[in-house]
Order: sequence, then C-alpha cells, then structure tokens
Amino acid sequence: MTVTVLRTGPLAVFKDAGRPGHAHQGVAPSGAVDRAAYARANALAGNPSGAAVLECTLGGLRVRFDEPAVVVLTGTDAVLTVDGERTGVEEVVEVPAGATVAVTMPRRGLRSYLAVRGGFAVPPVLGSRSTDQLGMGPARPAPGDVLRIGPVPGNPGDTPALAPPADGPLEVDLGPRDDWFTPDAIETFLGAEYTVTPASNSVGLRLDGPPLTRARTAELPSEGVVRGSVQVPPDGRPIVFQADHPVTGGYPVIAVLTPESADRAAQLRPGATVRFTRAPG
Amino acid sequence: MTRFLRCGREAVLAEVDDLDAALALYAALRAAALPGVTDLVPAARTVLIRFDPAVTSPAAVREAAAVLEPDGRGQAYAGSVEIPVSYDGPDLTEVAEHLRITPDEVVARHTGTPWTVAFAGFAPGFGYLTGGHPSFDVPRRTTPRTRIPAGSVGLAGRFSGVYPGDSPGGWQLIGSTTERMWDLDRPEPALLLPGVRVTFKAVQR
Repeated sequence: MTVTVLRTGPLAVFKDAGRPGHAHQGVAPSGAVDRAAYARANALAGNPSGAAVLECTLGGLRVRFDEPAVVVLTGTDAVLTVDGERTGVEEVVEVPAGATVAVTMPRRGLRSYLAVRGGFAVPPVLGSRSTDQLGMGPARPAPGDVLRIGPVPGNPGDTPALAPPADGPLEVDLGPRDDWFTPDAIETFLGAEYTVTPASNSVGLRLDGPPLTRARTAELPSEGVVRGSVQVPPDGRPIVFQADHPVTGGYPVIAVLTPESADRAAQLRPGATVRFTRAPG
Repeated sequence: MTRFLRCGREAVLAEVDDLDAALALYAALRAAALPGVTDLVPAARTVLIRFDPAVTSPAAVREAAAVLEPDGRGQAYAGSVEIPVSYDGPDLTEVAEHLRITPDEVVARHTGTPWTVAFAGFAPGFGYLTGGHPSFDVPRRTTPRTRIPAGSVGLAGRFSGVYPGDSPGGWQLIGSTTERMWDLDRPEPALLLPGVRVTFKAVQR
C-alpha cells in the first residue's frame, strides 16, 4: 500500500521511538516530541509500539491512499477529514481506496501524530525512522512523494493509555545543577510565569520571564543532557530541551521535567504561558 | 570518587574529578552493560547514564554504577587511528602568530603528540580531542564561519577536532583530511569514539 503526499503543511516529519544508544558518537536520541501522543497513535492504529508515524505541526498535511487503510490522529484537537468529511478527535478511521485524508488546524495543541496501520516504511537510519532537527534520519516528506506503508500487523497493538491532563504547572525534579543557582532563583523558577517564545522548536522550548540568577558564575564544562532538561544560559532565561536536543549542553540544568510534563510541553505554542512545580516523589 | 546527581526520571548524572576519570568510568559502564541502560554520554567530567524507567530506576543504576571499579584502561580497549592531514588550512598562519611559532612548528606540534577522543558532541561524528601538545590553547574565531567543509581540521581552546560534515563553526582551521569521520556504512559510523587515540600525519596534496 502507498500514500501520496499532496501537501505537508508547516512541518511534517517522520517520528518513532527514537535512536537511543548512539549518544557516545554525538547522535541525539530524537523521537516523537510528545511521546504519549505518539504511543497512543500506534496503539489505536493497532501498530507495534515502535512504528513510524508522521508528526504534523499545526495541521495542513494532505495525503491520498491508493488502498483501503486504517488511520488515526492524536495529540491535539485537530481531526482528520476523509474526502472533506470531518471525523472525531482521536477516532480510528477506515479510509476507502483513493480517498484524500487531511489534517485540520488544531485549536489546542501543536503537534499531531498520524499513524497508519502498518506504519510508514521509510528506511531507518541507525535503527530509527525519526528525523531530527539537525537532519539525521529519513528525508522530510514533500508534495509528490509516494510513501510505502508496511505490512498490516497480525497482533493487535498495546492498549492505548489515556491522554495526560492538559492544564496545570509542568512538574520538575530539581537538579542536576540546581546548586549553581541562588535560593531566590529556585523560588522564582518554581513560582513565576514564563511565556513560550516564537524561537521555540523541537530542539528546545525557549522561555521568556524573570531571569534566573546564578550562584556560581564559573563556566560549566559541557555535559550530557536529557529531554526535559531546563537549561539556563547566561541571560537567565530557561530553555526546555525537547526530543531533538543535542547530546550535550554547556549551561547548567536547574531541573528536569517529568516525562509526562515533557509530553505536555511538546504541545505548547508560542505565546502560551507556563509555570513549573516540584513533582511529587 | 563518583558523585551521582539527580537528572530527572530517566537518567543519572555521574560526576568525577577529571576527564581521565570520566573516560575510565565510561569504559567500565560500557563493559558492565547494566540492565535497562540505553545510552551513555561521556563528557569532560561527567558520564550521563540514560535508562529505561520501565526496566530499572535511578537508585538501582546508582548502586550498580557505584560498585564498578574503573581501572583507567578504557583507552586500551578503544583503539587508535592515524589521520593524514594536508596542513593548508586558512587559519594556520594566524594560529602560528598567536602561539609565536612558525606554521611548520604548528604542524610539528599537532602531529608530534597523540591526542585522545574525550567525547562526542556538536554534530554526529564530531570528537573533541584532548591531550595534544601542551602549548595549544587558541581562541575561537571572533566571527564563526557560516560553512566549513567536511574534513577540516581545527583547534579551539585546548581541543582539536575534525568536522564530519559541512557545517558552520568557529574553530581555527589548520588543515584538512580526506578520511571520513562519519560513515553510515560502518557498524559504528563515527571514526572518533570516546577513548580512541588519534595521531595526525602530515601529507602533501
């Protein structure tokens, strides 16, 4: 089965569970920015957990199926239209042969995940079909591309988990370098409101708000960072690393988001406001 | 002595005294292949240990890593490579002036002392090389170049490095190599893996 790309919208990239195990050669893990929505898409589509999907930023994707297919869209309140007919939010949709499927513009959230039963069968790079912001991985789909879909899996996929609650502060664990900041800075970080700036992308969510003052001004030797790391450069304005973050960072990390909060952060648009709070436990 | 710092729910950051200790701990962690550990990121004074929280926990990883006995022989396992370099880089003269030596002497010093890959970063296949001639300590260019061709050999601070692909960059370029730093057809695409000993050899081209 194949899918023909008619339009990609602002940004559509292949994503899967990422490529761990290569950080020592400078390759970031990448993978879906909102992992929970990615996992839901595959589970609902009946795919195995590592199947490749399309991550669509702000809708706009339009594709045509040559054969009947089962598809689902997760992550935002955007929905699929099948030959112009709207379907429901996160509804499993059966698409007839020859139908055109489009992703609408979300009103809430940023990144939608389009899974097709069988998964997108682009050739993997270093064991993963994710394309990261630095270009590692399969080429981005372009209008006119004919994408192959893998064989339909025999076993049903995992049971879908529920969507995380959309509101409330993002939960963090302090560290590894919270001791590089003044007690006032920690208090500010855990109390103040920050705004997502337009310079944000799948590498990092750049925030504007009260700057965080360092207790130590020495230069930190670069060290490994993880998804959800809140790095604070010299201007004091935090950056939350997302899935396509580099393997190391050169500024102290004040705290790390829980995986659930990192998924919620993936759906924040420029202009959105966020607060941080200590995670329980 | 290894200090373990909290780093979220899916990683632990192990901090040691210096680069040699970090490389030794990295080698010991690789050899130990602890259950659930998915990725190791060695750096100047730390090793980030990333794990699958469905398989293990921060406490279990800390305990398992704390009893490892790094023996400092990590480099012996990592192997060595020789990289032929044509020393015709655009910044060779500037580097020589900065160090108050001749360009030939820059080449002699760059080739005369073996380097060690400390860690990878910046781009896939970019290894930060340390341990070269002690006189090397050069500032980055004040204005980074927007495009540096693959294979360019550079210096920055006390590090040397080879650009694996065309990219922007601020290092002082002293030469170039045709050796491929990054090749997806190799089992480990990066030529310069942490702990590998690197010797540069001057060639005419």
